[in-house]
Amino acid sequence: MKEAGPLAAVARAHRDEWARVVAALARRFGDLDIAEEAAAEAFATAVERWPSDGVPANPGAWLTTTASRKAIDRIRREDKRGDKQKEAQLLHDDDPSGPPGPIDDERLRLVFTCCHPALAMEARVALTLRMVGGLTVPEIARAFLVQESAMGQRITRAKAKIKAARIPYRVPSAQDLPARVGGVLAVLFLVFNEGYLATGPGTDPVRHDLTAEAIRLTRLVRALLPDDGEVAGLLALMLLAEARRTARVGASGELVTLDEQDRGAWDAALIAEGHRLVRERLATRVAPGRYQVLAAISAVHTSARDVRDTDWSQVVALYDQLVRLDPSPVIALNRAIAVAELDGPEVALAAIDRLENRLAGYHPYHAARADLLRRLGRGGQARAAYDRAIELAGNTAEIAFLTRRRDQLG
Amino acid sequence: MQYLISVIDDTAGLATPEEDAAIDVFNERLQSQGYWVFAGGLGAPVSATVIDNRGAEPMITDGPFVESKEYLAGFWVIEAADLDVALELATEGSKACNRKVEVRPFL
Repeated sequence: MKEAGPLAAVARAHRDEWARVVAALARRFGDLDIAEEAAAEAFATAVERWPSDGVPANPGAWLTTTASRKAIDRIRREDKRGDKQKEAQLLHDDDPSGPPGPIDDERLRLVFTCCHPALAMEARVALTLRMVGGLTVPEIARAFLVQESAMGQRITRAKAKIKAARIPYRVPSAQDLPARVGGVLAVLFLVFNEGYLATGPGTDPVRHDLTAEAIRLTRLVRALLPDDGEVAGLLALMLLAEARRTARVGASGELVTLDEQDRGAWDAALIAEGHRLVRERLATRVAPGRYQVLAAISAVHTSARDVRDTDWSQVVALYDQLVRLDPSPVIALNRAIAVAELDGPEVALAAIDRLENRLAGYHPYHAARADLLRRLGRGGQARAAYDRAIELAGNTAEIAFLTRRRDQLG
Repeated sequence: MQYLISVIDDTAGLATPEEDAAIDVFNERLQSQGYWVFAGGLGAPVSATVIDNRGAEPMITDGPFVESKEYLAGFWVIEAADLDVALELATEGSKACNRKVEVRPFL
């Protein structure tokens, strides 16, 4: 059911049209700052006007036209000192009906500019949430537990660099595209993970606002790059994780591990959508990238109605594939955790212990070791490993879970 | 749009003959494809002299104005349409001179 009323229409337009309006203006005026400010003003005008004037037939076109006028007003104000020629150019260009190029390309340009590798990762995240996601600076600041002024500065600095260094507003060439898409996906995955495994004592253990925003943005990127397997893979991975969100944290605020989750509480629609994406990718017979393999692993887990039905040999085989794509110690750790279910905790522990040098500061390493030591009846060592994991963990639900497990040791 | 590609060095040695040859190839590409504005290699930091004439008398002091492990060893000035082009060229330049480089736009 659609929400009713003009203000609900503004909210809906904000969700659906923000990126389109910013992208169209950025293209036309060649300035992200002007595009952002004018888009925000256009939405503010909609809040004032739509309740009395009625919701326009084409809200997106109305917003783009209004925002363009605001942008021209600003440029005129700034140009009062001189440059009459530039003003004349803008007046000649005052034609809302003819945006150059397909509109989807403009949003894609915006995404690639915001996720440009010459920007610091945290700036890319903030800029993407602001320009593409339409989140306000205070919202983004809250999401990343940063002061509003600091977040505002981060975004301002990023926009200034884009302008001064002339970071292009363009979809990368075919040859650069895979690497650059990888950069975009890294930004989206970071937003999702910050929601899924929120860190910090003052936050909820799962931040649905962030996971939902990450999924919304990934859906947008998927709509813009429908043939990219890794985009589909990341979306599937997020959906299959999101499906388990409510089952993942118990009533007491404690993390519930995959083997103990109430599988009936999983979101069947999200799982079905995730599985469909994984199947579609398998059907292409194109060698999968890491997000697709991770999604396939999630698909195996979410296919089992009971944890005892999990096809662990399939999970381990997929991890083997992943290790070949990404030989990082974190992947090796996750593979070892799956190996424990197939070959027993002793084999897994031997594999995990080999990672100590590289993962000593990573809490999941200690949590996985603690669990294996517990299952092997080595209580003293398990306790020490739990202590270390609790010390390093940042998620409140996970700390609660690890603490209970530790205190249950004999 | 012009960009400065600074070559950042942290070793004492000059470029090896192999590096010089690779730099020549890269320079030829910059020239033949219209990116070249100017380039040069610099003497070691010990050869630097600092002049400060903001006061009544010019002050001349020996040595670089900042002592650091990393120093500017040379540079290219290139003409490029945007940062992506500049970064692509800088990536090749880093490989050619076998040093870290920094890209900055001119105002």
